[in-house]
Amino acid sequence: MTTDALKARLPTRRAFLKSAGSAGALALTIGFTWAGTTRRAAAIAAPDKGAPFAPNAFLRIGSDDSVTVIAKHLEMGQGSYTGIATIVAEELDADWTRVRVESAPADAKLYNNFVFGPMQGTGGSSSMANSWAQLRDAGAKGRAMLLAAAARDWHVPVAELTVDKGIVYHAASKRQGSFGSLVRTAATLPVPEQVTLKDPKTYTLIGHYPVRVDVPSKVDGSAQFTLDVVLPGMLVALLKRPPLFGATVRTYDPLPAQAIPGVVSVVQVAAGVAVIARNFWAAKLGRDALVIEWDDSQAEKRSSSDLLAEYRSLAEQPGLSARKDGDAAQAIKSAAHQLSATYEFPYLAHAPMEPLDAVVKLSASSCEIWAGDQFQTVDQSNAARVAGLDPKQVSIHTLYAGGSFGRRANPGSDYIVEAVSIAKAHGADGTPIKLQWTREDDIHGGLYRPMYFHKLEAGLSDKGELTGWRHHIVGQSIMADTFMAPMMIKNGIDPTSVEGAATIPYAIPNISVELSTVKTGVPVLWWRVVGSSHTAFAVEAFIDEVAQAAGVDGFTFRRRLLEHEPRMKAVLELAAEKSGWSSSPMPKGRGRGIAVAEAFKTLVAQVAEVSVDDSGHVRVDRVVCAVDCGTAINPDIITAQMQGGISFGVGAVMHGAITLKDGRVEQSNFNSYRVMRMNEMPKVEVYIVPSSEPPTGVGEPGVAPAGPAVANAIFAATGKRIHVLPFPNGGAA
Amino acid sequence: MPTSFVLNGKPTTLDADPTMPLLWAVREFAGLTGTKFGCGMALCGACTVQLDGQAIRSCVTPLSAVAGRQVTTIEGLQSAPAKAVQAAWVALQVPQCGYCQSGQVMSATALLEKNTTPSDADIDAAMSGNICRCGTYQRIRAAIHAASQSIKA
Repeated sequence: MTTDALKARLPTRRAFLKSAGSAGALALTIGFTWAGTTRRAAAIAAPDKGAPFAPNAFLRIGSDDSVTVIAKHLEMGQGSYTGIATIVAEELDADWTRVRVESAPADAKLYNNFVFGPMQGTGGSSSMANSWAQLRDAGAKGRAMLLAAAARDWHVPVAELTVDKGIVYHAASKRQGSFGSLVRTAATLPVPEQVTLKDPKTYTLIGHYPVRVDVPSKVDGSAQFTLDVVLPGMLVALLKRPPLFGATVRTYDPLPAQAIPGVVSVVQVAAGVAVIARNFWAAKLGRDALVIEWDDSQAEKRSSSDLLAEYRSLAEQPGLSARKDGDAAQAIKSAAHQLSATYEFPYLAHAPMEPLDAVVKLSASSCEIWAGDQFQTVDQSNAARVAGLDPKQVSIHTLYAGGSFGRRANPGSDYIVEAVSIAKAHGADGTPIKLQWTREDDIHGGLYRPMYFHKLEAGLSDKGELTGWRHHIVGQSIMADTFMAPMMIKNGIDPTSVEGAATIPYAIPNISVELSTVKTGVPVLWWRVVGSSHTAFAVEAFIDEVAQAAGVDGFTFRRRLLEHEPRMKAVLELAAEKSGWSSSPMPKGRGRGIAVAEAFKTLVAQVAEVSVDDSGHVRVDRVVCAVDCGTAINPDIITAQMQGGISFGVGAVMHGAITLKDGRVEQSNFNSYRVMRMNEMPKVEVYIVPSSEPPTGVGEPGVAPAGPAVANAIFAATGKRIHVLPFPNGGAA
Repeated sequence: MPTSFVLNGKPTTLDADPTMPLLWAVREFAGLTGTKFGCGMALCGACTVQLDGQAIRSCVTPLSAVAGRQVTTIEGLQSAPAKAVQAAWVALQVPQCGYCQSGQVMSATALLEKNTTPSDADIDAAMSGNICRCGTYQRIRAAIHAASQSIKA
């Protein structure tokens, strides 16, 4: 987009936002989510005047030939908008350049997530799996109706019609018409009960490289995030939360904050004290000036070392059984060789680049929310409860999220609830209020990936056969004490604590996986790839130790134990082959490590190559990744998600840790909570296994094997095993 | 006290607290929201703008410091290197969530305006202050090299 075009667009957008108060929710959503190209910007300025054709809740075609796909999933970087639009456009035979995506309004019935519903939400790498059948059907029905419309308008048999890139053709009569020319008739026709889906061999979008719908607006600064929402009369709030988890406000003095120019009001809410001001900086200065006395009597005051000591001791006592095949204890006891190891995992913050934020416009009868919303139905319900409204009175405009990694989907809707409570305390007078978190709020804000302690034991026969495997996991439950607990926790086992461990893929005759669930005052949450963010490390690092003890290389040892898992064996072999595992040995000071994981039904194998210098500084040079995610809807996005997942996973094992000292979080910003940066990014190669199975997800699984592959590579280079995360030398320069 | 400076080529006067970081003045007083807030401490680069042609972190630059000077934000990018960077970003499909990308584009542009043929080490030096939690680094590196090629061509 040219600068002139961009400038021309700004007032349009502002004018559009200005009208938001009276505009319907749908129209507003359109304005926010159209990607920022000139063509699409023009569409905002001159909306389609003809009646659009909307055969279902996912598709709208305008008389201007625009094809609008309604996305029920949040776009937080994982490419969901493009994937969703690709599925619809493929079956519709739409012109990709005319396809735009709009976020769906919150509606649990229309936009249910079939993977984890009944509710609308995005997570568990489910967007494609959840959309696949439903949206192919939606696109195909739209196509069938457009064909039926052409047949009626042109008085020709449907069977003689063809479609290509949004144009319907009748060869015999040399007639043709764009989708837009057919919508008037199509809108009058019944939706067919059944349609025939395309033969995958004829796909022109799925499996090809349709460009992302969101990229142009994310390159010129025009993409709209919650941070960017401007509404007439909008105020900005910053919330001072307690320094310890579980502390509450005893007393506070609002006067120093109120003395700051621009501060409008100071209100107390359940989560702390909020300063509401005319702009961010005034709110920030006001919050800095607040004087609050906290009541720490119920607060968590322990240190990470205290928690670790407790976890370590629990690992020596029996836990609850999450899996029991044969008698692992006996098998290990009677084995020729016994091995054991422990692994320590810290709390981790999600740290999305966009600090949490939400805009709330609350009145006596309605609550309107703008957010990069990941859990619409839950957020509607929690907002309604706090506001004293019915969930139906809560509407949500889902905007692009500047990352999430799970953070924006939480059963308590923390940031949404805070924003609604602040709007309520402000008088619920219809003033739009934007709650803005700072980076420090984010790093201190809890809802971390839980801290865990793992203890593993294995038995090897004289022949090097793995005869017994015991795995004991100690840590907090993500699901406990949430509304999801009754559905998710069975026999005391939170499946998110043990996934990847209880589901260990290797053929081992005796397996025992136990769980000891602890409670602390630190709020926890799923973090990208959830349980496999720690279980994959423990399993894949320990199996490497076992392989070493058996005198077999890591690839060959795993492969022997995966004969019954052909898809997993295939990704393992592909990664090994492409990395040169067997064909090109590593020189001194360098090492290669392998790991494999299944997460959300996607299989990923990775081979990492590292260099370790004399001071012990590790550099991850290369990661070769093989992935089987069923049908590859968009290979370039799959590649991007593997690259990103590897960056996220490697960054976490090298640097990531949230630690507590007497209950206080010791990190506060990107200087103390370090993440992967450009200079540390390995070269990633991605290979996708061809498949005609239904698609599974790619947003998370790439994270799982990255850490253990690197740890195993470090062992290969140095002879040192890593049992404590993050890596001790990861941060050395 | 109002502060006058040149914003994206236009003389601009903003009546904001002169101690307010340029980031918030540009976003909330000039209405240009392409520049993002990520850390507030010059640690992540999401707020990168150009001040007299140098890439700076607007989250720690007080508005008063830009009085009489030239500020360029993502909305005002005009130079050939800038256009090459944006085109390469699209061609290589760099962004994921996109939130850090204004800052990435600004830092990459500042690099290529000074050095049209940066090495990988130059890219590391110029870009390691810009965090991308989605991990688009490999594509950013490739896109900078691609933009460099297109500038030379």
